[in-house]
Order: sequence, then structure tokens, then C-alpha cells
Amino acid sequence: MSVLLAFTAATLFSLGTWLLLQRRLTRIVIGIGLIGHGTNILLITSGGGGGIPPVIGKGDKGDFADPLPQALALTAIVITFGVTAFLLAMAYRSWQLTHDDVVADDREDRLIAASRRTDSDVADVEAAERAHITDSSGDEEDQL
Amino acid sequence: MNSALVPLPIVIPLLAAALAVIFVRFHIVQRAIALSALIGSVGVSIALLVQVEEHDVVKMDAGGWAAPLGITYVVDRLSAIMLVTSSLMLLIVLIYAIGQRGVEDNHLAFDAVYLVLAAGVAASFVTGDMFNLFVAFEMMLAASFVLLTLGGRADQVRGGMTYVVISLVASAMFITALALLYASTGTINMADLAQRIPELSSGVRTGFSLLLILVFGVKAGLFPLFFWLPDSYPTAPGPVTAIFAGLLTKVGVYAIIRTQTLLFPPDSQQGTVLLIIGGLTMAVGALGALAQDDLKRLLSFHIVGQIGFMIFGLGLFTVAGISAVVFYIVQTILVKTNLFLVAGLIDRHTGSSRISRVGGVVRSAPIIAVFFAVPALSLAGLPPSSGFAGKFALINAGVMSSQWAIVTVALIVSLLTLFSMTKIWAGVFWGEPESATPLAEGRTNGGPPLMVLATGLTVALSISFVVFAGPMFELAERAGDDLMNPSAYINAVLGGGGS
Amino acid sequence: MRRSLVLDVSVRLLYPSIIVLSLYFLFSGHNQPGGGFVGGLAASAAVSLRYVTGGLEAVRRSFRSEPPTILGAGLALSVGTAVFPMLLGGAILEHATLELHPPVLGDIKVTSALPFDVGVYLVVIGLILMVFEAFGDDRDDEMEMVEAPTVPATSVREEYRALTQHTSSSTQHAAASARLEENETS
Repeated sequence: MSVLLAFTAATLFSLGTWLLLQRRLTRIVIGIGLIGHGTNILLITSGGGGGIPPVIGKGDKGDFADPLPQALALTAIVITFGVTAFLLAMAYRSWQLTHDDVVADDREDRLIAASRRTDSDVADVEAAERAHITDSSGDEEDQL
Repeated sequence: MNSALVPLPIVIPLLAAALAVIFVRFHIVQRAIALSALIGSVGVSIALLVQVEEHDVVKMDAGGWAAPLGITYVVDRLSAIMLVTSSLMLLIVLIYAIGQRGVEDNHLAFDAVYLVLAAGVAASFVTGDMFNLFVAFEMMLAASFVLLTLGGRADQVRGGMTYVVISLVASAMFITALALLYASTGTINMADLAQRIPELSSGVRTGFSLLLILVFGVKAGLFPLFFWLPDSYPTAPGPVTAIFAGLLTKVGVYAIIRTQTLLFPPDSQQGTVLLIIGGLTMAVGALGALAQDDLKRLLSFHIVGQIGFMIFGLGLFTVAGISAVVFYIVQTILVKTNLFLVAGLIDRHTGSSRISRVGGVVRSAPIIAVFFAVPALSLAGLPPSSGFAGKFALINAGVMSSQWAIVTVALIVSLLTLFSMTKIWAGVFWGEPESATPLAEGRTNGGPPLMVLATGLTVALSISFVVFAGPMFELAERAGDDLMNPSAYINAVLGGGGS
Repeated sequence: MRRSLVLDVSVRLLYPSIIVLSLYFLFSGHNQPGGGFVGGLAASAAVSLRYVTGGLEAVRRSFRSEPPTILGAGLALSVGTAVFPMLLGGAILEHATLELHPPVLGDIKVTSALPFDVGVYLVVIGLILMVFEAFGDDRDDEMEMVEAPTVPATSVREEYRALTQHTSSSTQHAAASARLEENETS
């Protein structure tokens, strides 16, 4: 049983990782969800095998299932639920803003990379700086 | 010793958050609740520090269940120092946020979420249970997700995505680590773990040690895992960036220090690995900062650099090293919060945070220049500042352990830091502003009075930190001594007899 | 909005029963499967059914208080229950049990975990209501984009083109940065 669970956890982890590496936010959300399930299964297996219901169950001490990992998994599920909801809200916002949910490259990174490529040529440097200025003029409204 | 004060730093902000949500339509009431709650946490934290000075470790078992079974809230010297620093910073930044008027900062949810963040940060410092640490982290992170994207602008969503996704991956790794720890030791109470982990084989111990460094390294922004930080932090509203820069990464560092010193016996502590990571983190932070043109982004890279210094001190695993780290963390929290608050003032004053576009601030608003100069000198580690004391202690500890390579890196990085501070000074404070910078008339006082007051408070705190550097460092030394000899902590939590 | 008769009538029947079920979960939670979170989720499911039939208006009509009030009251109740024992000199989250033996109803066991669970129940419901408030409104102006759409990058290569192409002439570079700007200005 626990081999099967371990295998399930491994599959969920690998699928989740693959989805995380995509550029679209919806896939990333699904990936996060899968990884969350994987960790929960791992938590459940960490308590050893199954058993009779703990705490309220009447029976031999040794037959009880470990209640702690179940409590931990429950907490983790609640947290994952909340955070996934937030991620979905953000994906929705991203769609509102751009009609797309592709995670773009960071703008500052691109600016720096663009200016470095022209270092060899003075004219290009000047052009880059001109472009740089016009480029940054756009964010003035944001910052006021 | 049991103390009823221990859970209060978590409970007060959480209760206040609930009230702030109820009074969501009454802005003044919200503000009053938030302010009084944070003043209350500062008071409680100071009281806790006094208690800890007397009794070494104070604790409270949640629900009255004793340690290995129940959740324990523990405060030792490191926790108390961090609590005092963080609650002070949260209070000051809230004052700053009240002074700054803008769409995002008057957002209805701001106060409630900010208080939840405060509760999460306090819970991370107070908890003595690994799973509870996870919950505290999540509380803090969930609040930070919301604060980061409060405006809902495109760049915020873009920066927020990186931050949220990387945090979630780290959280998943954290749960994985917890599951494996529980499977191999049967406990998740930190003090109990400290007794059980030495029974494991050394390979497994090393694995856990590295896994935990990885998990907390993401939150702290260690070398290969830092890339989300400069992308996301600058997009948040000014006060939020300041509190993130000051506190959140340091919570990660706190968790690394706590787990590495408490859980693992000396032979599986990752000294060399941490030293290498620390060196690389410093170097990347300082070099990355040199290339930046955006003020907040440049400072964000310096956050990464500062984390490197802390990891360097921890990696030595000597009392001197860890004491220096404790001292250094406190002063970095002060300095970083201060610098970002000043960045917010500059942004507001000149209408831009691009170094190449602004200029002449030293003439138009000299008070901002003064406010910038004090923490900038600290960050670079020049003599009369608190940063000098911190860096001196760290490098001294490095020399005592004969770690010459890392000491050299640290010194070079300090020079580079000075260089980028000079770059900011020359670009922002001297020179001429590019084109028609929208300098509103009559803004020579630097900004709204409350913002200036809050920034001034951080400056005053970091100056008084230099004045009282002696007693502070003695306190840090006692904290470092506690951390290197965790038996008092373990005995206090497990009730003397152990299990 | 087009409404389906079958759905309307069945939801009218289902809504109260699901709410009763959620209350059962809430009260039996201290030693049986259930609890505040599960009860709250069940109640949220009922609210979602109302949303499916009557839209946001039906959801708003279901509760008299505003969502933030429900959420805040729930959180305050939970935290208050956690702190209350400390006022009596106990530890945080400590709980007590009260057993009653009224004549007709049989044995009733009340634990102090109950107010905590009620708080959680309210938090979950408040949260769900807030989610509906934020995203449930399908009016046309909500669906509209905040700004004009930029041309989305369809492939990773296109996304990186501005970076990888070595622009030898300045005009090309200006074009690249213009494209960058067009994509990014907000």
C-alpha cells in the first residue's frame, strides 16, 4: 500500500514540476495543486500504515493509525486551498490586464540586457539611452 | 519558565486584524486599532525581552499539553531580540504608511492584512514546533502576497507571480521535509527533534540539514534562490517594500539559524556549505546591485548581499560568529527599512526612482539626503555607523576561525557596496534632475510630516544603536551563547527531564 | 439571465438541507468527522448553488451582514476563544467540557472548542462570500479588460527575441525597445 502511495506522490510531484516549468499561469496553478497533493500524500504516508480510527476508537493502542500526520495534512490542505484561490485570482487579474496569462520576462532585466549588447558601439549606446528614457517615461503615472 | 506573555505577540495583531475587518468601512477606527495593536506588541516584546534576560527561556504550551505532544511557544534571547526589532519596525512602517496617501495605501484591506503579516512574523519567532513554523510562514506569506499585489497593476501581478510561485514551491518542499522528518523521528517538536536527530545516521542528517537550508534559503534569498527577490519587492507600494526588505528575508534567516543550531549536532552542521553559499550570495548581491538603475531594485540586490553576510557568520558555527550575526541582523533590519523608507520619500519627492533621471535632491530636500546618508554609511560599513560594528564583529569572527577566503570576499563586497552607495549619492542627490522632473513647489521639507517622522525614527534608532552598541553586543553575545549551547532551550521546552 | 425551472426548485429544496447538514458538521465536529472548516465548506457549497441559480443578488440576499463583518466576527470569535483561558490563568487554547443532562434531550456534551469552530465556520463563509463579491459579478464592465490588450507572446522564442537578437544597427535596436515598451508600459 505504501509503495503505491509513494509512487503516487512521485508521479504527482513530477507532473507538478513539469507544469510549473510552463509559461502560462493556469498551468502553473494546476502544477502547484498537483505538488500540494503530492506533499499531502507524503505526509499521510509518513505516519506509517493504516489502522483503526485514533482518539475515539476503542481498541489496542498498537492498532491506532497515527493521528498527527492526518491533522498536519488537513492543515496543509486548508492552506493550499487558500493560496490556490489567491493564485487563481491573480491569473484572472493577469487576464484582465493583458488578455493573457503568460509570465513575461522581467522588464528591468530586459532593459539591462538590452543596454549591455550595445556597449561596443558608441552610437548604439546613445540610441539605447534614448530608448531607455522613453521606455521609463511610461511608469511615471504608476509611481505618483 | 511559563509565561502568559509568550503567545501575546501573535494574538494581539490577530485579534486586531479581526476587528479591523469588522470595521472595514471606518477608516479611522481601523487605523486606531492597527496602531494600538502594534504599540501593544512592542510593549509585550520588550517585556518578554526583560523576562528572557532573567530566566533564559520562557514558554507556554498551547492547550496545556506538554511539549512533545502539544504545540509549544518558546521565547529565548534570539526570539525576544527579533520580536522587539520586528514589532518596532512594523509600528514605524505603519506610521509611514498612514502618512503616505495613495490609492494602495488607503486600500480597505491594508490594515487587516498588515496585522496578519505582523502576527505571522511574530509566530515564526515564537513557535517551538516545526509544523507550527510552517503555518506561521504561510500566514506571513499569504499576507505578503496580498500586500505585494494590492494595487493590481500589471508589473505587480508580474512580480507577484514570481514571488507567489517560488514561495509555494518552497512551502511544498517544507511540507516534504516535515513529512520525512516525522517519518524518521516521529516528532516535529523542535526540542524533541534536537534529541532524536542525533540518533539518525549521518547521511540522513546531512540530507535533512541541506533540505531545510534549501527551504528557508528560498525565503531568505540565498545564492541560487534569490532571483525572485529583486523582481518582486520593488513593485510593491513603498511602505510594503520597506517592511518586506526589513523583515521577511530575515525571518528566513532566523529559521535557518534556529534549525541549524538547535536541531543538528555539530558534526552535521553545514559549515563549509553555508560559508560558500554566504560568499556567493554576498558577491551576487553586490555585483547585481552595480548594474541596476532603479533605486528600489538596487537596494533589493543589497538585501541579498546582506543575507550573505549573515549566512557567513552562521557558517562559522562559533559563538563569536553567531553573536555577530544576531547583532548584524538587528542592525540590517533597521538600516534596510530605513533605506527603503528613504527610497519611498525620494520617489514621492522627485516622481521617479530611476537614478539616471532624478538629481539634485540634496538641494531640493536636504533632509532626505541626511536620512539617506546615515543608513547608507551603515550599509557600506564605514566606521562611525552601526554597520561598521556589525561587519567588524563578523570579520573578526571570521579571522578567529581562520576563514581567510570568506573574509576577503566580505571585504571586497563591502567596497562594492560603498561604490553603489556612492552611485546613488552622485546620481540622486548631486547632479541635475533629468528634464522636467515634476518637483512640486514647497516640498523642500521632504514629504508629508508623518512619513518624515517615521523615517526620522528609523534614523534615530540606528544612531542610538551605535551609541548603545556595547550593551547590544553583550546581549547578542548571550544570545549567541544560548544558540551554541541549546541544552537550556531543550530542557525548558521538555520540562527539564527530557523524553 | 436564463433560469432553469428544475434548478431553481431543486436549489430551493437543497439550500436549507445543506445548511442543516453543515450545522450538523459544525456541532458534531469535536469528536466526530466534521468541524468548523468542513461545516463552513458545506455551507459555502449551498451558497454556491444559490449563485448558480440567482447570481450574485441571490447570494447577497442570503446573509444580512456584509461579508467582511462575518469574516471578522468569526476570526475575532476564534482568537477570543483561544485567548479566553489565559484570562482565567490557563494556557492559550486550553479547553474545557461541560456535560448536561436535561430531562428530554438526553446527554449533551458541550466543549469550549465549539465557539472556536463556530468562528472558523464564519470565517469560511465570510471568505466565500467575499470571493463571490470580488469575482462573481458577471456584468459586462467587469469582464472588460482594464486596458487594451497587448499582442501576447505565443512562444518562448518570441518572448526572448528582444534579448537574443544581436541588433547591429541602432534602428533595429530602437524597434526592439519600442516593442518592449509596447509590451510593458502600464
